Amino acid sequence: MTSTALRDVTRRQPGQERQPFLEVLDLHVHFPTDDGLVKSVDGLSFSVERGRTLGIVGESGSGKSVTSLAIMGLHYRRASERSRPGARLGGEILLDGEDLLSKSPEYVRSLRGKRMAMIFQDPLSAMNPYYTVGRQIIEAYQIHNEVNAKVARKHAVDMLGRVGIPEPSHRIDSYPHQFSGGMRQRAMIAMALSCDPELLIADEPTTALDVTVQAQILDLIRDLQREFNSSVILITHDLGVVAELADDVLVMYAGRAAEYGSADQLFNRPAHPYTWGLLGSVPRFDRPQDERLLAIPGSPPSLIHVPPGCPFHPRCAYAARNEGRSEESRPELTPIEPGHFVACHLSPTDRAQIWADEIAPRL
Amino acid sequence: MFAYIVRRLLWAVILLFLLSVVTFSIFYLVPRWAGASPETLAARYVGRSATAETVHVTAERLGFYDPVVVQYWNWVKGIFVGKEFDYGSGVEQCPAPCLGYSFITRQPVWPELLDRAPVTVSLVIGASLIWLVAGVTVGVISALRRGTVFDRGTMGVSLAGVSLPIFFTGLVSLSFFSYRLGITAPGGQFVPFSENPAMWAYSLLLPWITLAFLFSAQYARLTRAGMLETMTEDYIRTARAKGLPERTVVFKHGLRGALTPVLTIFGLDVGLLLGGAVLTEKTFSLNGLGKYGYDAIITGDLPKILGVTLVAGFFVIMANLIVDLLYGAIDPRVRLG
Repeated sequence: MTSTALRDVTRRQPGQERQPFLEVLDLHVHFPTDDGLVKSVDGLSFSVERGRTLGIVGESGSGKSVTSLAIMGLHYRRASERSRPGARLGGEILLDGEDLLSKSPEYVRSLRGKRMAMIFQDPLSAMNPYYTVGRQIIEAYQIHNEVNAKVARKHAVDMLGRVGIPEPSHRIDSYPHQFSGGMRQRAMIAMALSCDPELLIADEPTTALDVTVQAQILDLIRDLQREFNSSVILITHDLGVVAELADDVLVMYAGRAAEYGSADQLFNRPAHPYTWGLLGSVPRFDRPQDERLLAIPGSPPSLIHVPPGCPFHPRCAYAARNEGRSEESRPELTPIEPGHFVACHLSPTDRAQIWADEIAPRL
Repeated sequence: MFAYIVRRLLWAVILLFLLSVVTFSIFYLVPRWAGASPETLAARYVGRSATAETVHVTAERLGFYDPVVVQYWNWVKGIFVGKEFDYGSGVEQCPAPCLGYSFITRQPVWPELLDRAPVTVSLVIGASLIWLVAGVTVGVISALRRGTVFDRGTMGVSLAGVSLPIFFTGLVSLSFFSYRLGITAPGGQFVPFSENPAMWAYSLLLPWITLAFLFSAQYARLTRAGMLETMTEDYIRTARAKGLPERTVVFKHGLRGALTPVLTIFGLDVGLLLGGAVLTEKTFSLNGLGKYGYDAIITGDLPKILGVTLVAGFFVIMANLIVDLLYGAIDPRVRLG
């Protein structure tokens, strides 16, 4: 795709010329391994406005986390370094107009934690067990702010209080293992937000938590986002979480975008057979218990040998309708309504017919 | 915490008691079981041409006719209250802690041990500092430069270090550095620290380096393995995500977790060596506890063997205690109690 066409995707509203806060254009993240080239992310474009939340959904291995680590600049570029295959990154990651991929690692490091921050899935393993919670928050604050220990500590206490930790001036000296799971995730959020980042990436922030705590954490993220007016990327495989928080949704499959649009469009008028499968596999209270869920057959493809054409075609029930196009050519993201993009070979008539006959009644 | 320390100290006392019983049994009881009479035991400590009368007197003097329990009791009593020895040539006082008199040289054991201890302590402190710093440094660099020439080279050398015995590396380095090049002190020298610190270091430099080479190899491998593991932890990614410089990530967040097993082994190694670095002391002819114990075993001098064993056991037990206490300080998840 040309850069102009990509910009049509990232500036989805027609006529939008304003630079989105985060704009990812044709991102590639490849890992050369002994078994072959792993194409974890292969031509991905999206954008996030200030104060908006983008939900990225997809199965394990669809490239969600790899994308977020690429934005944060946390991939190892050199293969010799620390046992991991070096990542080859291509495309553009524009944070407030600056292409992070062309900047020095040192410059990107200075942005990390300050302008962009990240919350991880399992707060127990994501916090260093050897240091107190407070020390880890203070460390995050002091690296980007020239303040003395006293001021930094006061700030850390404030942050802990803001994320709803009771008795913050006392709990600041606790170790991560002395916190409950929900408290730990709150502390992680306090750490991530300690420098008022403009972009917050939450990588499955509630997956490791109890269901009752999940809602609290989601509420907290939403409240803090409003307070700080930051952009949020919410990575999850839980469509319920996306429905709760996201303004826009990006559905990823095999390192590419399958469907991209507003939450309203995605949930009310999903257009990609994979999105249909995701929505159909959510258990529902209001359905008879003996009704089977619409599971997607098969498993995600190998990222070394991605199926030619549409990567989803081996698992797609409707690939046969496309006269072989699914096997031969890769579908590009194309608009089907303003701001709603889908990468699928189905013709609009076929799609409308399948939607009306088979999908809509079951969702 | 305090109760824990008290409990551990009580355990240490019990362990030392068991240690003394076992050691005492091995050297006093087992020969009896094997059929040795008091006279045959005593015959080792008199001249070859001694008469039966002399042997009998010696056996009596050494207490070999008493039941073993009484012998043990007398020995333990000596440690706490001291005792008197009659060697025929007048009564000698042996104040507490009395570990007895050498059967052969007729010298009290405890002052001899005190005399030897500084040599071993100097050797072990110097060597352990060198191997800790060198081993950890090499291990960290190897882990961060995994697969590079540096990593392969140092790991190859460290394999050699682990495999080569000190009586090989020690003799080779003595002949090369001390006798060929003349830049280090030849073996057999020891200048007390209090006398001349510079000469103290000079006299021990080669034993330090040789002993440290043996151990730092092991520490480099341990540190490297630990670093490779901790650097893949999620919290390392978090530390990077905060924007910490790589230096801080590696040393503050990575090394901390990798050091826990290293410090455990370090405590045990130092404790073990303080009881006598036998091979090193023998190789470099240093009159430390190790060589003292070695000589005692060769001559079958029971009180000396018992004394050295007890002191060595004391060091090992204390090292264990200190390591356990350190654990609580190093890893907050460990609650002592």
